[in-house]
Amino acid sequence: MKLFEYEAKEILSKYEIQVPQGELVTSPSQVREIAAELHPPFAVKAQVLVSGRGKAGGILFADSPSEAEIVAKKLLGGEIKASKVRSLLVEEKLSIKRELYFGFTVDRSNQCYVAIASSAGGIEIEEVAATTPEKIIRFPINPLDRFRSYHAVQIAKKLGYSNGPMLKLATIFRKLYQVALDYDTQLIEMNPLVETMDGNFVAADARLIVDDNALYRHPKFKNRLLEQEKTELSAMERKAREKGLAYVKLKGNIGVIGNGAGLVMATLDAIQLHGGKPANFLDVGGGASMDRVAAALDVVLSDPEVNTVFINILGGITRCDEVAKGILAQKERRGFAKPIVIRLVGTNEEEGRRVLREASITMMNSMEDAAKKAVELASMEG
Amino acid sequence: MGVIVGKNTKVVVQGITGTQGSFHTQLMLDYGTKIEAGVTPGKGGQQVHGISVYDTVEEAIEEHDANASIVFVPARFAANAVFESLENGLKTVVVITEHIPVKEAVQMMARAKRCGATVIGPNTPGIIVPGECKLGIMPAHVFQQGVVGIASRSGTLTYEIASGLTSAGLGQSTCVGLGGDPIIGLSFVDALKMFADDEQTKAVALIGEIGGNLEELAADFISTKGYNKPVVSFVAGRTAPSGKRMGHAGAIVMGKTGTAETKIDAFKKAGVDVVERPNDVAKILVKRLRK
Repeated sequence: MKLFEYEAKEILSKYEIQVPQGELVTSPSQVREIAAELHPPFAVKAQVLVSGRGKAGGILFADSPSEAEIVAKKLLGGEIKASKVRSLLVEEKLSIKRELYFGFTVDRSNQCYVAIASSAGGIEIEEVAATTPEKIIRFPINPLDRFRSYHAVQIAKKLGYSNGPMLKLATIFRKLYQVALDYDTQLIEMNPLVETMDGNFVAADARLIVDDNALYRHPKFKNRLLEQEKTELSAMERKAREKGLAYVKLKGNIGVIGNGAGLVMATLDAIQLHGGKPANFLDVGGGASMDRVAAALDVVLSDPEVNTVFINILGGITRCDEVAKGILAQKERRGFAKPIVIRLVGTNEEEGRRVLREASITMMNSMEDAAKKAVELASMEG
Repeated sequence: MGVIVGKNTKVVVQGITGTQGSFHTQLMLDYGTKIEAGVTPGKGGQQVHGISVYDTVEEAIEEHDANASIVFVPARFAANAVFESLENGLKTVVVITEHIPVKEAVQMMARAKRCGATVIGPNTPGIIVPGECKLGIMPAHVFQQGVVGIASRSGTLTYEIASGLTSAGLGQSTCVGLGGDPIIGLSFVDALKMFADDEQTKAVALIGEIGGNLEELAADFISTKGYNKPVVSFVAGRTAPSGKRMGHAGAIVMGKTGTAETKIDAFKKAGVDVVERPNDVAKILVKRLRK
């Protein structure tokens, strides 16, 4: 789960990592009030969860409170990279001596957290990694030994600091590590971490992504996510989420249902290989009951862009007879106005096939043939 | 022979009294897997399908000879179960559980490394050496003793490919599910190393998907060290958009990293046969092994 910049900064402040003076606002007039209490110039920053916000025009500057109000009007209610701007962070603009990058992320191949530091802050770290990899310090952390003070000093030194500033920086790194542990972060970064003209280090921007699997330890964020989903997810996505189905909307006309993430992905690929376009990813999971299958079909059929449905089931823990009953239940409930291609093999296949045959629903054996058939039907419908 | 598990694997089932644990204990017993004991804290003294249940792994191994564990414990308590097995000297731990937080997962892996133990998963269907041992939840009927070693990041897709190999008469030497989570104990490179030394394995199938760089590392391993057996690969998620998680926590393209394209390119450069359709894995291997 991604947190907003202002939330990440609230957390950093709590751990005594300095952030710019500022406040969160939701209306332009409020911006003027807040700005009047701060020292100009100001940075007005759209609170959206997309990366590359600055380049997309989501951060504007102003020299006076009235100008801040004008730029706030431009941002509020608008969109940055298709994400609606509902609030702004108004801050004092820093006087920058140097911009650094520092953060922690997960290194999947080495199975550990890794600290990443760079003297080239302020631009996306992926870009630095691609163009000037020598400017990036990667520091893997053994989870049993943890990230200790001397590790932090080593990194500060490598960034070119010594004496007081080195120790100041190392302290910030250690504090951020504590944030990473306490908040179960999948990613936490300060970019830029600004060295100001007066010798302070301030996190000018902060990004924090909480590990979804650890959200049970952070009920405040979990509840926020649920609230957010109520307003931001489409009706279909919400329905899928409520039923515990893994669903991703795509831009196509063939609705896809399958069991197992890998098999569903391979099904999407097969459709594309035959020249078709999948409308969604939907995994009913292992051992799906007839209710889950019926719900999945309901979600896919309620997508107006879907003109053909392809159900691809390979029963392992999932039982074909349960799947068949789920399909039948949905057929009886809403009828099938759109053609449906079904491939159903595996555990209890005979019983499943009997159920569907009696309802005059036809099935196919091979995933490839079924994918081809679905693409043909979709192009005829379209 | 096969790798990691076999006839001499003796198993403790952690979380044996739960619905999944109990159900799959029965199926593993039916397959002939040597299940020695079960563990669920607070349920010590019970029996599940004739298997004695203990409160701790320590007690279980006092009474029974065991060298492996399979974990069906819910995510919040699963890491604790893994630590318990590692501390009590079990050298193979299969973690079926999904959704274990990264913070615990990295600790599990570091501890396993220090103990010289192998963790398979989390979020894995497990491992099967057909005809000898099934330590997992995969449907037994799609597998048959044979010559292809499979390592895979997904479940159902593996059954699809395994069943193709079975129909083609090739069968499998071992099929190991690496797991669908971001942090997993066993990598493609680990599997390749084991299959290289296994006499029964005549060819290897690697079933990858988007996210992470395990496939790229495997390709790199093959091209720098060379490989003594034919390798064929299928990578799921060619059409997956960036930033959308495709079911598995580990299956996500972030920007330009973890795409199917980079994985397929890397495999091709390493001389690995990359197929476009799951069913072509068997077709290609039939040809390669006939030579």
